[in-house]
Amino acid sequence: MNLDLILGILQIVLIATTPLVFAGIGELVTEKSGVLNLGVEGMMLVGAVSAFIILVITGSYFLAFFVSILSGIIMSGLFAFLVLFLMSNQIATGLALTIFGIGLSSMLGKQYIGTPIDGLSPWFFVIFSFLIVFLVSYFFYKTKAGLILRAVGESHNSAHALGYSVIKIRFLSIIFGGSMCALAGSYISICYAPMWQEGMTAGRGWIALALVVFATWKPERVLIGAYIFGGVTILQMNLQALGLRFPGQFFSMAPYVATIIVLVLISSNKLRIKLSAPASLTIPFYKGR
Amino acid sequence: MNSLFPSIVSRSQSSGLMNFFVPIISIVLTLITGSIIFVLLGFDPVYALYTFFISPISSTYGISELFVKATPLALIAIGLSYCFKNNIYNIGAEGQLTMGAIFGGGIGLLFHDTNAFWLLPLMIFAGAIGGALWGLIPAILKTKFNTNEILTSLMLVYVALFILDYLVVGPWKDPFGYSFPKSRPFSESGRMPLLFDGLRVHFGLIITLFLIFISWFIFSKTIFGFQLKVSGYSPKAARYAGFNQTTLVFFAFAICGAFAGIAGLAEVSGPIGLLYRDISPNYGFTAIIVAFLGRLHPIGIIFASLVIALTYLGAEDAQLFLQIPSAVGFIFQGLVLFYLLGAELLINYKLTYKKLL
Repeated sequence: MNLDLILGILQIVLIATTPLVFAGIGELVTEKSGVLNLGVEGMMLVGAVSAFIILVITGSYFLAFFVSILSGIIMSGLFAFLVLFLMSNQIATGLALTIFGIGLSSMLGKQYIGTPIDGLSPWFFVIFSFLIVFLVSYFFYKTKAGLILRAVGESHNSAHALGYSVIKIRFLSIIFGGSMCALAGSYISICYAPMWQEGMTAGRGWIALALVVFATWKPERVLIGAYIFGGVTILQMNLQALGLRFPGQFFSMAPYVATIIVLVLISSNKLRIKLSAPASLTIPFYKGR
Repeated sequence: MNSLFPSIVSRSQSSGLMNFFVPIISIVLTLITGSIIFVLLGFDPVYALYTFFISPISSTYGISELFVKATPLALIAIGLSYCFKNNIYNIGAEGQLTMGAIFGGGIGLLFHDTNAFWLLPLMIFAGAIGGALWGLIPAILKTKFNTNEILTSLMLVYVALFILDYLVVGPWKDPFGYSFPKSRPFSESGRMPLLFDGLRVHFGLIITLFLIFISWFIFSKTIFGFQLKVSGYSPKAARYAGFNQTTLVFFAFAICGAFAGIAGLAEVSGPIGLLYRDISPNYGFTAIIVAFLGRLHPIGIIFASLVIALTYLGAEDAQLFLQIPSAVGFIFQGLVLFYLLGAELLINYKLTYKKLL
């Protein structure tokens, strides 16, 4: 192993892990406010395809990312409307969002499969992904608004009694989550790939969901978890390239198994789960009680 | 004077009438939205809807295909209703289906050169065990370690899919398969018997109808069904009545897992005939829509499974005749669930106009 090889691998890990960080930190903010959105994969796909289409039509990277984030806001806004105003079941609504997003992105992107584009350098986004994690961490633990958001996720009735608008805060958190997922998607289709392919996020949305649990709902740990998960994936590819005959599937399932183990470790202790998971997660808020 | 916007008021009792109408309303709204999407894509909406929803089932073969697709959906959905009735969010049926296919299919591969009457029953049994064991993992974690079953059952889906992937490219790969990622075929007696010559509808349909009937009996005539329902509506009342929640969680997960496992085995020993990577087009997740659309009621689930099966068939025809990617079926599935979940509000709440003066 020489230095160039190590640096090369490090570069690949950074580039490959960035979308996990974006989607993970977005979902973390949503979950911190007490809402579980299982639509990450769907929002990422719609974000990816809308960025790609706009780039092909207008040639403007700025417009591409702008419209992609707008698509994330619309998709998550739809989710927010259903779970917050119509008090629908969050689990089922999130799954519906993913199923809908898979269908919508395939249909919109059909004629763009194989269209060549000039990819954008990923480094701005790699740096931005670190920045956003620290911003979210600062927001949660150093600002009053962050404290209120966490309070809404812990006990919406208490927050409501103190005069905070639970619905408004959750709406904004869901929208932030949606924009981050769309950004993750557009990063994949414009910087990482760069191309459009049906279902091209390839399960990263589910990994992002696992990541939030793995990080025990703490922003900095999302970064650490993302690099462990991302690193394992790259390691697997490199080992196979070197001709090591180890079944790669066991590497691929590692994030999911690790998440289950972490979940068991934090849940088995009543105090520890109270300190980690938002207490109101998946519980709908109904004012008229 | 009344206020301009209705306010949402909780009903003292959920509305039975709405319970019946909400699924129908959501299907109608989905069709309206679907035709708007077709118009936006530049298709004649009548022709597009006809291609999507009528022409796939206008032949005997089409009807048979509808039942082939509805079989796993209905079987998994009725299994899920054991969990959902008790407010247990098992969303990992896709993984339980996969594990059922691995266990049952494994028996099929072990006896690939055996032709005997006991082979298929043994495979079905192994499929049920595989699915149930995979379902029991989140149940044990939930009852022993207080772990959230939504996340664990979901994570286990991907673990199961990677195990299947490993098996069909590794130890179970067909030695004569030119390195395609698939197993060797099951023997003739390891296949689900066809119900009619020349049609793909198979014995799995009979198993499904039988298990739906048993479930109807359990839900409406037994103490166990009553306990499931009560602890779903009010966990406190159930605890006060002395129902053992741990036992209920175990049974709900085991039954759901077993049903999903049988559905998986019925797929690989029915239409497919061997093991490979993509044995299920998301049946385990789509069955969640079926369970909700069928209002967790056996008869409702039968109808809902046919409606959702039609979105699969319609999507295939749309790809063939309208050159729309078959994933368009997912749009309809997502839409119907959106409308259903939104309209569910009408079941448990009512809209009233407050008097301002």
